[in-house]
Amino acid sequence: MKVIPLRSRRKFLKDLGYISVGFTLLGACSGEKDPIISARVDYDGKLPGSMGRAKTVNAWLQILEDGSLRILSGKVELGQGIRTAIQQVAAEELDMDLEKVQVHLAETGVTPNEGYTGASASIQNSAMSVRYAAAAARQELLTLASKQLNTGVDDLLLYNGIVKSIRNKKSLTFGEILEGVQIETEVILPVPIKDYREHRYVGKAIPRRDITDMVRGKANYIQDLRFPGMVHARIVRPMGYTSQLISLDETGLKAEVSGIIKTVIKGSFVGVITEKEHQAVKGEQFLRNHSNWTAPLPFPKSENLYAHIKLIASSPETVKNEGDVARVFEGAETFKATYTKPYIKHASMGPACGIAMFDGEILHVWSHSQGIYPMREALANMLSMDADNIHITAVPGAGCFGHSTADDAAADAALLALEQPNTPVRVQWSRQDEHLWDPYGPAMITELEASLDENNKINSWKTEVWTDSHSTRPNKDAGTVLAARYLENPYEMKSRGYLGGGHRNADPYYSIPNITVNAHYYDGPFRTSSLRSLGSFANIFALESFMDTLAEKAGQNSLEFRINHLEDERAIAVIQKVQALTSSQNTEDGEGIGFAFMRYKNTDAYIAVAAKVSVDKTNGKIGLTRMWAAVDVGEVINMDGLTNQVEGGIIQAASWTLKEQVTFNTTEITSTDWMKYPILKFSEVPEVEVAIINRPTQDAKGAGEVPVPPTAAAIANAIYKACGKRVYDLPITPEKILNA
Amino acid sequence: MPTYHLNVNGSKKKVETEADTPMLYVLRDYLELNGPKFGCGIAQCGSCNILINGRATNSCLLPISSIGNAEITTLEGLLAHKGKLHAVQQAFINEQAAQCGYCLNGMVMTAVGLLNANSNPDEMEIRIAMQGNLCRCGTHARIIRAIKSAVKNL
Repeated sequence: MKVIPLRSRRKFLKDLGYISVGFTLLGACSGEKDPIISARVDYDGKLPGSMGRAKTVNAWLQILEDGSLRILSGKVELGQGIRTAIQQVAAEELDMDLEKVQVHLAETGVTPNEGYTGASASIQNSAMSVRYAAAAARQELLTLASKQLNTGVDDLLLYNGIVKSIRNKKSLTFGEILEGVQIETEVILPVPIKDYREHRYVGKAIPRRDITDMVRGKANYIQDLRFPGMVHARIVRPMGYTSQLISLDETGLKAEVSGIIKTVIKGSFVGVITEKEHQAVKGEQFLRNHSNWTAPLPFPKSENLYAHIKLIASSPETVKNEGDVARVFEGAETFKATYTKPYIKHASMGPACGIAMFDGEILHVWSHSQGIYPMREALANMLSMDADNIHITAVPGAGCFGHSTADDAAADAALLALEQPNTPVRVQWSRQDEHLWDPYGPAMITELEASLDENNKINSWKTEVWTDSHSTRPNKDAGTVLAARYLENPYEMKSRGYLGGGHRNADPYYSIPNITVNAHYYDGPFRTSSLRSLGSFANIFALESFMDTLAEKAGQNSLEFRINHLEDERAIAVIQKVQALTSSQNTEDGEGIGFAFMRYKNTDAYIAVAAKVSVDKTNGKIGLTRMWAAVDVGEVINMDGLTNQVEGGIIQAASWTLKEQVTFNTTEITSTDWMKYPILKFSEVPEVEVAIINRPTQDAKGAGEVPVPPTAAAIANAIYKACGKRVYDLPITPEKILNA
Repeated sequence: MPTYHLNVNGSKKKVETEADTPMLYVLRDYLELNGPKFGCGIAQCGSCNILINGRATNSCLLPISSIGNAEITTLEGLLAHKGKLHAVQQAFINEQAAQCGYCLNGMVMTAVGLLNANSNPDEMEIRIAMQGNLCRCGTHARIIRAIKSAVKNL
C-alpha cells in the first residue's frame, strides 16, 4: 500500500532550516507594540461529531515550516464559503493574521473523514472541530514555550506564529517550540476558547478570498484542472434508467471524429476517450446515433403522479404520536388540506466532472463529491479494489445543493482510467446528462388535519407525509454510483437510503397538545437523493400554508396566531423581526404580503420569511417583488457569508416555488435542458433583505438549507392575501391561480 | 487539420483544430484559459460568455472558423496593464457577488458588454441585459448591486 505523504518529521526538520531567516526578521520587528492577551472562557460542552473519528490536534491543523497554519477539513467548498469560515475560527483562536491560515479541503489519507458535506452541518462539525483543535494547540504551544523559555504561561503572549515572554522579550516561533513534531495530543475538555467579545474575525463580514481568484479567471474548479497528458471522455448514457445496450456500431467513428483514443464498453456502460474535449462531445453523439438500446420500463402518467405515489406507498410509520389526536378530532370541526410538491432538480450550473488516473497501483481521483470517504467505499466495491489503493482529492465544483452527480462522474472517470493506465482521464457530463440523471429531490404529498379549541388554539394536529428516500448518497453499496448499475455484472442499489429526511419538519414546532405524524414511504419511478433541506421544503410549504388557513379560521392575524402557539423566545424574536422589517410596506389592490416561520429540523436555526407579491387577476400572472428574512443561527461565524447563503437560498426556493418541476411522459423525462426546466431569471428575481439576530453565546448552527423551506409558504400566503386564491400544488403558476 | 490565427486578449494565438470546434473549447482546451465555463453547450445559460469586438456572446456554439480577425476578450483579458481589475471585476469583489462563482464569468462578461454599449444603464436595463445568464445559487441581487456600483466607477 502506498501511503499518501503526510508531512513527516524529517521533512519538517529540514524545512526548519528556513525558520532562522524568519526569526531574524521577527527580531527586526521587535520594536512593535505587543498585543493584548484576549480573555478566554472554558468550553466544556460537547465536542462535534467529526472529532469522534479525529481526536488529536494534528488531525485538524498542522504548523508549517514558515510558521503558517494548515487546517485540514474533511469538507468541500461548493460555494457556501466554508473555507473562509474555517480560516476565521482558526485565526481567531491562535491570534494569527488570516493570510497565515490556509485550509486544505477533503483528501483521503490527509484530512479527517467527515462523511458528507451536507445537512448544513459544516459549521457545526468542521469549523467547531477546528476551533477546539486550535484552542488546544494554543494551550500546548504555551505549555511547551513556558518550559523552553523558563517562564510561566502567564508571562507569555501568543500571536502570529510566535510565543513571546512579556518580561524578557525573548520569543520562539511555533516551529522552534515544536521542534519538527506536530501536536499529537487529544483535544480534551474543558478547552479555553477566546471570549466572543474579543473576536477579531468571528462574527464579522470577512470577504472570501476565492472570489478574488474567480474574477481573475484563476483555476478554481475541478473543470479547470489540467494535467500533462490528460485526455477527455464522455459517457454514452443509456436511453433510460432501465435500458440496456443491445448493439453499438463503431464503424466510421474514427473517420468521422478525429482524436479518438478508444471506446470503452462494459455491459451497458459506454465511454469514449479522445485527445481533445470537443472530440469527446462529437464521439458521444456519433456513438449515440449508432447504438441500440432496450426500451426502458414506462413511467406513470405525469397527471397521475400523486395518485401513483399513494398507490405504491408502503403502510405508514408513526413518527410521532403525542396525546390522543383521534379523540379530540371526534365530533369536532376539523380542517384538512393536501399539499403536493413535484420532483425538483439540483440543476447545478456546472455539469459534473471527474478526473482519474491509475498509476498501476493507486487509482487517483479528483472529484467535487460531497463525501470522498464514503465515495471511496463505493468505488472500491465497484472496482473490486482495496480502498487504501484509491486516493481521492476533493476539488471545488459548482454549487450542487445536495447529492447530485459529482460521485457518478468520478465513478465514470475511474472506470475509464483503469482502461487507460498512467493517463489522467477527464470525464465531463453534458447538460442533458446532468438534467436527466441527476438524483432529484423526490415528489411529496403532505396531508394535514387540525382542530381548534374554544380559545381558537390548535388542540389537535395530524400530518401524513408521502415521500421517497431523500438520500441515496454513495456508501459501501456500489450501486449508489450510477455507472455500477450498468456494468456487465450490474450492482443494484440495495438500500433505499436515508428515509428520515422525508418527514423533516413534518412535526409542527408549535405548542399543540395532541400531535400525530405518519410517514408513508414509496419507492418511486425516478432516481432521488438529498436536495437542499430534504423533506422540509414540502412539509413547511404545507404546514405554514395551513397555519395561515387556521389563523383565518380563528379570526386572527397570521403572525399573532403563530406567536400564540410558540413558547420559544428565539422563535418569537425572528417572527417579530420580520414583522418589523415589513411594517412600513403598503399593499395596493392585487398585492399581498405573506409570512412563514420555521425552526429547521425543530432543533437548529430559526427563520421567518416574508414575501410581497402582486397578482394580475385577469391572467394570474405573479410578480414576486420583495422578500425579507429574519434569521437566528446562534453564533454567527461570517456575517456576510451567512447573509449571502440566506439571500441565495430564498431566491433559489422562489425559483422552485414558482417555476420548477421535472416533466416526463410515460417513456422519458422531458425536462432535458434549461428551456424545458426553466429557473428564475434576472427579470423575475425579487429584492431580498436579510436581518440576522446574532447570538454569540449560542451554538453556531448551519444556514445553507434554512431559508429554503419557509420561502414557498411565504409566497403562497402572499398570493392568497393578494387575490384570495390558495394554491396547494407546487409550482404555483398563473394557470393554477386562475383555476383555484 | 486547419490552422487559425486568433486575436485573443490582445495577442495573436495560433490554433490547429477542426473547423467546427466551438470557441469555448478552443479557449479552455487549447489556450488553457479558465474564464469561460462549460455550462450547457447549447447557448442557454451564459456561463461561457466572451466578448467579440466588445460584445458579449456565447462561445459554446461559436465555431472557430467563424471568428476571423475578430477581437476576442475573455475574463482574463479584462485585466488592464499590471493586473488592475476592470471596474466590473472589482465590483464583484466589493459586493462579494458570488457563491459558487461558476456563472461569474458569464455575469462579468455580459455586464462588461452591457457597459460597453451603455455606460449608464438603469436597473431594468441591467436585468434585461443579464436575462440570458443563469445563476443557481441565487446571487442575482448581489450581481445587480455589483453592476450598479461598477457603473459609478467606470
